[in-house]
Amino acid sequence: MFKKKRKTTKPNFKNRDIISINDLSKQDIVYVLETAKKIESMDIIKKSKLLKNKIMASLFFEPSTRTRLSFESAMTQLGGEIIGFADPKVSSATKGETVFDTIKMLDVYSNVIIMRHPLEGAARVASEATGKPVINGGDGANQHPTQTLLDLYSIKKTQGRISGLKVALVGDLKYGRTVHSLAIALTHFGCKQYFVSPSILKMPSSICAALKDKNIDFSLHEKIVDILDEVDILYMTRIQKERFGDPLEYEKVKDVYVLTKDMLKNAKKNLKVMHPLPRVNEISVDVDTTPHAYYFQQAANGIPIRQALLSLTTGVLK
Amino acid sequence: MRAYKVFAIENGTVIDHISKGCALKVINILNLQQYDQIVTVGINLESKKEGKKDIIKIEDKTLTKNELNKIALVAPDASINIIKDHKVVKKFKVNVPDEILTTIKCNNPKCITNHQGVETIFNKVSVSPLKLKCHYCERIVENSEIHLI
Repeated sequence: MFKKKRKTTKPNFKNRDIISINDLSKQDIVYVLETAKKIESMDIIKKSKLLKNKIMASLFFEPSTRTRLSFESAMTQLGGEIIGFADPKVSSATKGETVFDTIKMLDVYSNVIIMRHPLEGAARVASEATGKPVINGGDGANQHPTQTLLDLYSIKKTQGRISGLKVALVGDLKYGRTVHSLAIALTHFGCKQYFVSPSILKMPSSICAALKDKNIDFSLHEKIVDILDEVDILYMTRIQKERFGDPLEYEKVKDVYVLTKDMLKNAKKNLKVMHPLPRVNEISVDVDTTPHAYYFQQAANGIPIRQALLSLTTGVLK
Repeated sequence: MRAYKVFAIENGTVIDHISKGCALKVINILNLQQYDQIVTVGINLESKKEGKKDIIKIEDKTLTKNELNKIALVAPDASINIIKDHKVVKKFKVNVPDEILTTIKCNNPKCITNHQGVETIFNKVSVSPLKLKCHYCERIVENSEIHLI
């Protein structure tokens, strides 16, 4: 008797919007990471023609350095064209045009739309205004799915796997959108999670409840040293000054976490320190030269991830 | 004991098993202050199931689906009795729908629905406790935080 082969269907990303990490299944995430790996090892000539004759609309209603340049570089490297704006002052948003109308008009101009907007839910509205795929480059404090995907790609690249790892998220866990999305995405992979923050910046109860619902092992801490020697990934974040109404509250917590080279003496060999950048002082520069530092490579991993999403959503790669 | 705690109605709708203290919220969301027929309200009546409950009887009124959805949001355990000629002809529980359109205001000040005339959509996360998620900004609101439009 032959065993019946389980049929696995590839996820279909053509014309699909990438708005929230919550919309992606484990299978979707794994497929994007595999595609990114495939693109990274692709022949350079083939790669430079992959998105020839495709146009990406890059709409940044809010300033951005890494995300915008990373998307634009990703598209250029694949031979595609870019239209759009990096400064909302040059768009008709200043004349009071709504996101829905702006995107509706752009429908005929491009094959894929990248958007960053300060209002939460703006990317979802954009996706409902057009049949073209919309990729969310950040909507206020809500979602930034390409950051989460590049974080997962970085974890996979450095550890060879994601499943079963021990991951610590450190810093502003209350307001940081990257840590919220990453915590949720990691639930697909059964990672043990450590949430390290001052008590006033604790991980929101909604995220903790979502982890409990999925029987994910997690614990809350106030000191990095309590968990540093047992984790595989230390994901540092900046305490965001702009989130504090009271400057005194910010002063109390701004220097709570400063990772130094000395602290890493007994860390696991495979430990990688990650950070969505920009950093202020939470990672001392002496860490940069240790084999644990991975934050700059992490940012660079945004390129293959964004290339994967551009190629999949335009239907060029299947 | 009095014969009637709340008068019976001949034709109309009885909203029963409203959680104690929530009758006035139901009156408000249905805008029954402006209704021109008899509306009787009972607060803190005895109930075998809940201990105490509120009840509203509305003469000559049939509730729309939208009104039923709104009741479910402030009184998720309420039951509806349709009365004809003093008899209950239909009885059912209210139901929080999976998707609620244009009924709730998102309380996230940075949500696009509060800025650009986008109609709100909320998705049901759980009924007990009642939790709803904004389709746009993904903010979850619970019981007392739910603001009806």
